[in-house]
Amino acid sequence: MDFQWMAWTTPTAVFFLVIAAILVAMTLAEIRFPTAERRGFLPMPTTRGDRLFLSLMLAAFIHLGFVALSDAQSLAVPLGISIFAGALMMRFG
Amino acid sequence: MALVAFSAVIPLMTVVNYSVQDIFGPGQRYFIGVDWFREALRDPEVHGAFLRQLAFSGIVLAIEIPLGVAVALLLPKAGWKSSLAIVILALPLLIPFNVVGTIWQVYARPEIGFLGRVLNDIGIDFNYTGDAVSAWATIVLMDVWHWTPLVALLAFAGLRSIPDAYYQAARIDGAGRLAVFRFIELPKMKSVLTIAVLLRFMDSFMIYTEPFVVTGGGPGSATTFLSIRLVNMAVGQFDLGPAAAFSLMYFLVILLISYVFYTILQRASAS
Repeated sequence: MDFQWMAWTTPTAVFFLVIAAILVAMTLAEIRFPTAERRGFLPMPTTRGDRLFLSLMLAAFIHLGFVALSDAQSLAVPLGISIFAGALMMRFG
Repeated sequence: MALVAFSAVIPLMTVVNYSVQDIFGPGQRYFIGVDWFREALRDPEVHGAFLRQLAFSGIVLAIEIPLGVAVALLLPKAGWKSSLAIVILALPLLIPFNVVGTIWQVYARPEIGFLGRVLNDIGIDFNYTGDAVSAWATIVLMDVWHWTPLVALLAFAGLRSIPDAYYQAARIDGAGRLAVFRFIELPKMKSVLTIAVLLRFMDSFMIYTEPFVVTGGGPGSATTFLSIRLVNMAVGQFDLGPAAAFSLMYFLVILLISYVFYTILQRASAS
């Protein structure tokens, strides 16, 4: 089967592999340590999956904000901020 | 799993792939990073479409929710009159979107349409093809006509679920009509109204067919909403890369708003 029509590039393939790896890790974590709703700094009780979703959404908007405001080609800065914010969200959210 | 993969994940992956490339044809594509995102984020046309979309959703929600509740309160509570009223009320919901657009396109025409002619005959300068206010009025009226019945039916279902004991208790306490609405009916309708707000917001935020048929996004770009702008980019100008980047951002906004509404809905039903 030819996947030329999907117009794959290395960066997008890496992006989807990372997302897939995160989902697999979350599934394994759920089997090993089932999640319980808890209350952190977010205004509502959240599960681990909720916090991951919010972290990914936050990362997307941090990247978009950076792209809108800066002319830099490298996304290292928003990626670093997103990882830090995501870690905070997962731990204390 | 396979169905979800083919219907959602694979198309989404393809859109992501397109959004970072300049594509001239099969085998002729060049990686350009986030340039299309930057272009779309700084495009005044996109900003305008986004603001118009927010304004449209805000206006239709502000009209449809109170109007739908009012209609539900006026509906007969039981018997054949109630059934007949519900069937008549539901009729606009059964009409395909493009037909709704065509109906209103004809209905609002200043020369031949009933609405357009009557308004012009009483001295109101109404021409939705040349005047932005008329175009907005037509599209908002059309959406209100099309979707208020949904809100009314949901609110009616909420009202019907209130046991008679509540009304009897209110009568014993000497509560007026307003107090019954404020302290019994409105709290009991809270979950269905949250669903109505969620459905109507999402639907109005993604509206395409009806305004496209009536105004085509005009006059100028007065009624060019996000989806119309997106189709103009993707199909009209065949700018697949910018359209892919734009559609991903559109998707993210919808996803965020859906999550917020879903959380509110869950909290409302939990409380």
